Amino acid sequence: MQNDVIAPENLVYAKPKLMNDTPMHYCAGCSHGVVHKLVAEVIEEMGMADKAIGVSPVGCAVFAYRYLDIDWQEAAHGRAPAVATGIKRCWPDRLVFTYQGDGDLAAIGTAETLHMLNRGENIPIIFINNAIYGMTGGQMAPTTLIGQKTTTCPYGRDPKLNGYPLKITEMAAMLNGTCFVSRQSVENVASIRKAKRAIRKAFQSAMDGKGSSLVEIVSTCSSGWKLSPVKANEWLEEHMLEFYQKGDLKDTTGY
Amino acid sequence: MPRIEVDANRCKACYLCVSVCPKKCLGKSKTISKKGYFPAVQERPQDCIGCKMCYVMCPDVAITVLKD
Ligand SMILES: Cc1ncc(C[n+]2csc(CCOP(=O)(O)OP(=O)(O)O)c2C)c(N)n1
Ligand code: SF4
Ligand code: SF4
Ligand code: SF4
Ligand SMILES: [Mg+2]
Repeated sequence: MQNDVIAPENLVYAKPKLMNDTPMHYCAGCSHGVVHKLVAEVIEEMGMADKAIGVSPVGCAVFAYRYLDIDWQEAAHGRAPAVATGIKRCWPDRLVFTYQGDGDLAAIGTAETLHMLNRGENIPIIFINNAIYGMTGGQMAPTTLIGQKTTTCPYGRDPKLNGYPLKITEMAAMLNGTCFVSRQSVENVASIRKAKRAIRKAFQSAMDGKGSSLVEIVSTCSSGWKLSPVKANEWLEEHMLEFYQKGDLKDTTGY
Repeated sequence: MPRIEVDANRCKACYLCVSVCPKKCLGKSKTISKKGYFPAVQERPQDCIGCKMCYVMCPDVAITVLKD
C-alpha cells in the first residue's frame, strides 16, 4: 500500500478526460455541472470524442464549449436545433447534439425545437429544465410552475395572467420524428445514474439513424430559486417532479 | 483503503457531497480556498467505503475517489 503516490491502478473515479481544467462558471450546486459531467462520460464511453459536435445555447450553458474538449458551435438564442441540423446534414457520421435551457428551448426556440424533432433529424437534445431564466436573473419561463415566484411574477405564477407551464417533452413524444423522449432529473445519485442512461440511449439512437430524441433533465437553479443547493434539490423533488413526471414518454429504439 | 480527494480549485462549497455521503465522513474545511470558498474535506477517511456517491453528486467534478 502506498499513501504518497496515486498509482493509476489506485484511481477509482476521477474527472472524465474530456472535461478540461477550466473551472466552470456555474453557481454552487447548479445542475448544469452534473449534466456536463454525464455528457462527457457518455461521449467518452461511446468512443466518440473525435466525432462529437455540441451546439451550445444562450443561457447559463452558453459557455459549455469551454469545459468539454470536443467540437462545439455556439448558436443564437433558441436556434441550436436549426444550427445542429445544418451540421448533421453535412457530417452525418458525427454525433451532433444540442444542449439547451428551458428559456432557450421552450420560449424563443420552440419553433426550431419542435420542427427539428418532427423532421426526425438524427440529433439528440439535452434539455435543462430549471423552470426559470437563470442567466438573466431569474425571470419567469414558459416552464415556471403555477405559484412559483420569480422576479417577473413575484407573487407566484398566476395562470390567468401568465398561462400554464408548457410541457414540451409531452409534445415531443407525439411527433412522428422522435424515437426516444425521456424526462429525468439529477437531484440524487439514483436519478443521476438514470439520467446518464437516458443520455446514452439518445446519443446511440442518433448514431444508429433512428431519428430525433429529447432528454429533459429536471434541474435546479439555486440562485434563481433563492435556495441553498441542498434545499434546491429538496424543492425540486417536492414540487417539480409532481408536475414534470419522470420516465420514458416514448421509446421506439428497440434497445 | 478507499478515500477521496477534493480539488480546492474546483470546489464551490455546495456541500451536496456532504449531504449524500452514506458514511457521513465528509465535512466543511475550516480554511478558505484561493477561490474564496470553504471547500468540502474528508474528515474521516477511515470511514470511507469508496461508494463514489460524492463523485456522482458533485456538480463541479471536484472529487477524485482513490484506494491506497
Ligand atoms: C435574442 C435574445 N433574446 C434574449 C436574450 C436574453 N437572454 C439571455 S439568456 C436568456 C434565457 C436563459 O434561460 P434558459 O434558457 O432557461 O437558461 P438557464 O440560464 O436557465 O440555464 C435570455 C432571455 C438573448 N441573449 N438573446
Ligand atoms: S443562475 Fe441558475 S442556471 Fe445559472 S449557473 Fe446559477 S444556478 Fe445555474
Ligand atoms: S466514496 Fe462514498 S463513503 Fe467515501 S466519501 Fe464519497 S460518498 Fe462518502
Ligand atoms: S459537491 Fe463538489 S463542489 Fe460541492 S462541496 Fe462537494 S466537492 Fe465541493
Ligand atoms: Mg432555465
